[in-house]
Amino acid sequence: MTMTVTEKILAKAAGMRHVQPGDNIWVGVDILLTHDVCGPGTIGVFEREFGAKARVWNRDKVVIIPDHYIFTADEKAHRNVDTLRTFVKEQGLPNFYDPGTPSYKGVCHVALPEGGHVRPGEVIFGTDSHTCTHGALGAFASGIGNTDAGFILGTGKLLIKVPKTMRFRVNGVVPDYVMAKDIILRIIGDIGFDGASYCAMEFTGPAIHQLSIEERMTICNMAIEAGGKNGIIEADEKTFAYVRARTDKPFEAVYGDPDAHVESERVYDAATLEPCVAEPHVPSNYALCRERTDVQLDRAYIGSCTGGKITDFIAAARLLNGHTVRIPTFLVPATAEVAEALFTEQVGGKSLVQLFADAGCEEIAPPSCAACLGGPLDTYGRTHGNEAVISTTNRNFLGRMGSKQSRIYLASPLSVAASAITGHITDPREFM
Amino acid sequence: MKTILGKVYVVRDDIDTDQIIPAQYLNLVPTIPEEYIKLGSYALCGLPDGYPPFVAQGATRSDYALVIAGRNFGCGSSREHAPIALGAAGIKAVVAESYARIFFRNAISTGELYPFETPQRLCDLFKTGDEVEIDIDGARITRVQTGEHYRLKELGAVAPVVEAGGIFAYARKSGIIS
Repeated sequence: MTMTVTEKILAKAAGMRHVQPGDNIWVGVDILLTHDVCGPGTIGVFEREFGAKARVWNRDKVVIIPDHYIFTADEKAHRNVDTLRTFVKEQGLPNFYDPGTPSYKGVCHVALPEGGHVRPGEVIFGTDSHTCTHGALGAFASGIGNTDAGFILGTGKLLIKVPKTMRFRVNGVVPDYVMAKDIILRIIGDIGFDGASYCAMEFTGPAIHQLSIEERMTICNMAIEAGGKNGIIEADEKTFAYVRARTDKPFEAVYGDPDAHVESERVYDAATLEPCVAEPHVPSNYALCRERTDVQLDRAYIGSCTGGKITDFIAAARLLNGHTVRIPTFLVPATAEVAEALFTEQVGGKSLVQLFADAGCEEIAPPSCAACLGGPLDTYGRTHGNEAVISTTNRNFLGRMGSKQSRIYLASPLSVAASAITGHITDPREFM
Repeated sequence: MKTILGKVYVVRDDIDTDQIIPAQYLNLVPTIPEEYIKLGSYALCGLPDGYPPFVAQGATRSDYALVIAGRNFGCGSSREHAPIALGAAGIKAVVAESYARIFFRNAISTGELYPFETPQRLCDLFKTGDEVEIDIDGARITRVQTGEHYRLKELGAVAPVVEAGGIFAYARKSGIIS
């Protein structure tokens, strides 16, 4: 019996020779990720159910990355990080990236692969819906709630249903004005906000494998915006190079059978894709940038697990080089590693930090989730009025960045940069 | 016969978890009892303007016992705060055309509410404030005033987990864990 890559990884993690969609199976977990927003509740469940003296199932497999509410005066937010610190100390957990210390990283979905915690063929669960990001490295990765995470903390296992696979094949060569964000927004626009509910979204084809690991992460990150259980791209030489540069832990890449049954397959030609936005208030609200030039903007935002990686800033910098922004442009690197790279990476002979300053962008903020999901009232970049924002983030839900009156347009870093220059939605080709 | 009786609050498609509990309130930890109650007071406060209040100003619990929704209820974030906020506000069941995967699972794992699915678009047939009764075992919703009723999809293995109070309580009760 043949299996897709998702089915094969799950079968392996369940110790079974074969699984098929719909099977309910117990899988062993390789990594459990949590953060400051869901970590304290997960710990609460774990201690309530397994007892105050219980030990986590495997200290090395728990990764705690505070990232949501870090640079705020909110007292409960600080208490929540303290709860994580206490737990880490009690349990002796080695993988904790503590705010205010040199180990602090920032946004968990960029930090997790950076830290070498994502390896092909493994099973990752996290208390955050964007855990699906990590499928970009050929792993099975999915978001869960606190109760399931508390169960994993105690047992290292989870009962899950094997998802059907929807395959998305992108052929051809990706034009230089098209980014991963344009590919995934197009797919979500085509299948709808719940178009992949309960399904694995498998991305394949030469155009997908042409992308950098960071760009692949953008695609898998947004699988959840179509309701997907996981997004996945099979590992290749780029994956191995990325992983081996960050960890010497052994891993075994898993590949689907060529003739495995998939629920559906959609085929795209990369050459036909165009820069696009998702209009308020759902990510499936697809429109081409060149057809929405009448939308005036108040703010541009580059950041988050979707659009705050170094490749995102390099793309924005290439476009902004020599131009000045017309609207406030907020820059929030996802992690400390990205923030450092803004000093070392150069475009046109200038560091990114210098280039963004010369373009008139706001001062670069410290790494965190920041305004991607609104958060406490003093969160950097949070909306408070009826702002129209063009953003590299993943969700344009009502009130997502803070104010219910603001409108969020999701776009690639290139499109956000082009729109920042003009003050209205702009196709980046106008500046390329 | 196990039933849920009360007033229904009707919403439509794609009610995301930011509308159910905005991120501003995610500093509250659901396993801390007073913060659990507080989460209830903010349930559905992220809905668009124009919806009637779900929880009255100054109250911690809702006057409604059920929510009827359209497609893709609970989409977005994996925040367990979402089913918890509804449960803490007093909601016993949601009846939706479909659910986002993580919300559905979290509703069951926590035992906060029964996530019924309906083959019919009940959000077009009921309005906020209607008095309804749900027969849990019989998988049926009835409009109390007229007696007209609609079939719901059977919950199957899900019902005893919610009834027990969540996945841990169910696992203990049925001997899966000690």
